Amino acid sequence: MNKPVKQHLIDPEICIRCYTCEMTCPIEAITHNDDNVVVDFDKCNFCMDCIPVCPTGSIDEWRVVSEPYSLDQQFEWMELPAQEEFAEGASEEASGLEALDDDMARLLAEAHAGAGGKAKAPASASKASINLYTLAKPAEVTVQGNYRLTADDDHDVRHIILDAGGLPFPLLEGQSVGVIPPGSDENGKPHLPRLYSISSPRSGERPNYNNFSLTVKREEKGICSNFVCDLKSGDKVQVTGPFGSTFLMPNDSAARLLMICTGTGSAPFRAFTMQRQRSGATGDMTLVFGARTADALPYFGPLKKVPETVLKKHLVFSREAEKPKRYVQDELRAMEEEIVGLLNDPTAHIYICGLRAMEEGVEAAFENIAESTGRAWKEIRDVMRSEGRYHVETY
Amino acid sequence: MLDIVEYDTLIPNNVSLSSDRRVLKALEKWHPGYINWWNDLIPRQFQESLVYLRTAVSVDPKGWAKFDYVKMPEYRWGILLAPQVEDRKIPCGEHAGEPAWQEVPGEYRAMLRRLIVIQGDTEPASVEQQRHLGLTAPSLYDMRNLFQVNVEEGRHLWAMVYLLQKYFGADGREEADDLLRRQSGSEEAPRMLGAFNEETPDWLSFFMFTYFTDRDGKMQLEALAQSGFDPLSRTCRFMLTEEAHHMFVGETGVGRTIQRTCEAMKEAGIEDPYEIEKIRALGVIDLPTIQKKLNLHYTLSLDLFGQEVSTNAANSFNAGIKGRYMEHRLDDDHKLQSDSYVVWQLEDDKPVQREVPALTAINMRLRDDYTRDAAGGVSRWNKIIEKEGINFEMKLPHESFNRKIGVFSDKLFNPEGKLVSGAEYDQGAKNWLPTHADGDFIQSLMKPCYEPGKYASWIASPKVGIDNKPGDFEYVKLHMA
Repeated sequence: MNKPVKQHLIDPEICIRCYTCEMTCPIEAITHNDDNVVVDFDKCNFCMDCIPVCPTGSIDEWRVVSEPYSLDQQFEWMELPAQEEFAEGASEEASGLEALDDDMARLLAEAHAGAGGKAKAPASASKASINLYTLAKPAEVTVQGNYRLTADDDHDVRHIILDAGGLPFPLLEGQSVGVIPPGSDENGKPHLPRLYSISSPRSGERPNYNNFSLTVKREEKGICSNFVCDLKSGDKVQVTGPFGSTFLMPNDSAARLLMICTGTGSAPFRAFTMQRQRSGATGDMTLVFGARTADALPYFGPLKKVPETVLKKHLVFSREAEKPKRYVQDELRAMEEEIVGLLNDPTAHIYICGLRAMEEGVEAAFENIAESTGRAWKEIRDVMRSEGRYHVETY
Repeated sequence: MLDIVEYDTLIPNNVSLSSDRRVLKALEKWHPGYINWWNDLIPRQFQESLVYLRTAVSVDPKGWAKFDYVKMPEYRWGILLAPQVEDRKIPCGEHAGEPAWQEVPGEYRAMLRRLIVIQGDTEPASVEQQRHLGLTAPSLYDMRNLFQVNVEEGRHLWAMVYLLQKYFGADGREEADDLLRRQSGSEEAPRMLGAFNEETPDWLSFFMFTYFTDRDGKMQLEALAQSGFDPLSRTCRFMLTEEAHHMFVGETGVGRTIQRTCEAMKEAGIEDPYEIEKIRALGVIDLPTIQKKLNLHYTLSLDLFGQEVSTNAANSFNAGIKGRYMEHRLDDDHKLQSDSYVVWQLEDDKPVQREVPALTAINMRLRDDYTRDAAGGVSRWNKIIEKEGINFEMKLPHESFNRKIGVFSDKLFNPEGKLVSGAEYDQGAKNWLPTHADGDFIQSLMKPCYEPGKYASWIASPKVGIDNKPGDFEYVKLHMA
């Protein structure tokens, strides 16, 4: 079988044949006959110029296909064909639409592998925009602020605020952007972007300002993290993205959220919490957040100000003086009753984000808890995942 | 190079206004009159409401659709021209192939000014016609679409006023002032074109207007986008990207009305689309009435294209001031000195098609392109009806029906294009064109529905939200005071 490919299509039921996309396309990849306006797979380079000019939204359609639809096939359509099903074993990298360039798709596929199958967005999630800015055409954003979040000398975690200025940069909580560090690698090639999850909600770090924030930990010898952690207000940064179309929050106001993270894995959960506070969501949220000490826990101060009625906080420390080491999985086991309630609730969504090392322990804790109710964790997990209610992003 | 919009003056622009003191001053002088016009027009509670609008922040594709909540009087009306094409040539007429004009050519000054004034006059006129519709909006989604159309018509007025102020001196300033002085439907100073002095009394009329009449505007802009006068061409090219939204509002508005009617008929088990009273009792608009509205708006719009044979149109094409639809994609000599074109004529009281010199048939050629464009949407409406399994077909009437301008205007025809007597016409008219009773019925359905995600009884919800927003998105945060 051919390697599946992503194809850009236009929904003939929504399109009004104004041909604005056709006139906008810089490489004449869009054409029409008396019936339909169609995109030529062999020409389209995903530059996205046609997306914002479409008055209907019909242009924003993508399919992963084993064999691209020809122009003649598309001319015949009365409606868009469904996404073809790929065999159970097909990887997300091959069949997903998290990003349109292969490198970014591969990184996100690796990050989501811990969910044990094909990732799916929550049913009530907003539709994410992806790949508006690429390596060839990045967006230049301006640093508005760089704040240190941790007091621990070994853990320099920064809150970076970036302003997109006049550029359209639609972001949803849970999405990532790529930061391109300046300079080149040992082979003289420019560095590839590093992916960072945004930590601000869709309406901006400050409501209705076109800005967003990142949560970045300085890594020893990390080319990009050192670049980002040293940024000053007014500096310009080249970014790509947005990326990611499944690790998103439900818009359903009554949905319940269980969020499990370590370190900078807290970034998307900060965004989720702020968005649900701003939109007045009613469903409860629980955060299980692990760090070595309180000093190494990003957002420790602001987090304590969020009322327990909005967010039930379980902060877990593994290196606290004169206390036994505790990890997030230990806390999950201690919360057994609450977790069982969530596993049985069809409105509950579980999110796990952080270092890959946390995956195994969390998985084992869920297995224990599920077992105590006489059910198999993998079955519960697979159902939740296929309903867009179980999400893992680890690195 | 990206064309960056400058915000260093009160008027966002990509024409370096800040270094053009004369024009900046003239526009700043015109600006308060414009704001007054807007403030006096749209009902107060909507001026104070936050509307989720699209504003252009630059003219390259990525920058011209930025969505945010805005109070309409604070909308950033600006002067935006499509990027200049290097070495652009005059595309048609006797100067075809010569470099495009960057200044007004003296011999065509009066002709150009007239074309710009006529185009400019339609822009505020439609806002005036639609001023009261917000009060009966069938949803916040539709209200937002109405206001988007309105603020963009306002911007199109700005675009034309800029050209007048920049290139036509004292005459231009006077014309710019007159654009604010004339009023749709006014006794003493009406708008220039007949169709723009009729009121838009209800939302179906609004959708039909945006579908049929704005489409005439789109075709005129297409023709002016081919102008050898480059600033006019660039202005119109950018306006066309906005005009596409107006086409969208019209096509989906009528489509959603049809959709809801078909759904309601099916739910009630009514198969015959002519059971008008029963269907109307369901709180939806019966398909034959929608057809009558279509007949009216299509034929009014055909009149906007003028006479079948026109020397004015020939002159402006020959001068290179106005081209044909998609001129750059047409494969001929672009001069039309010896070509012919088939137009409708009336011979012995029968419509017949005759070849006439192509130059004099420029209007008809554009009108034929218009009809083709308009027919596409009608067939998509028919697909909705077919999909719901109802036996009815919407049709464009014959071009001779209900005409006030051109060769058919003195005679009476039925929608099939057959000449009929006065008595036959009077007998048939109630089935061909909306009656007062039809208007009253439609008016009776025009009840506002201001709850996010909810729609009035007579219209279906849209398939896709604006800017990908979810179904219950609050497109207008209404000011309640």
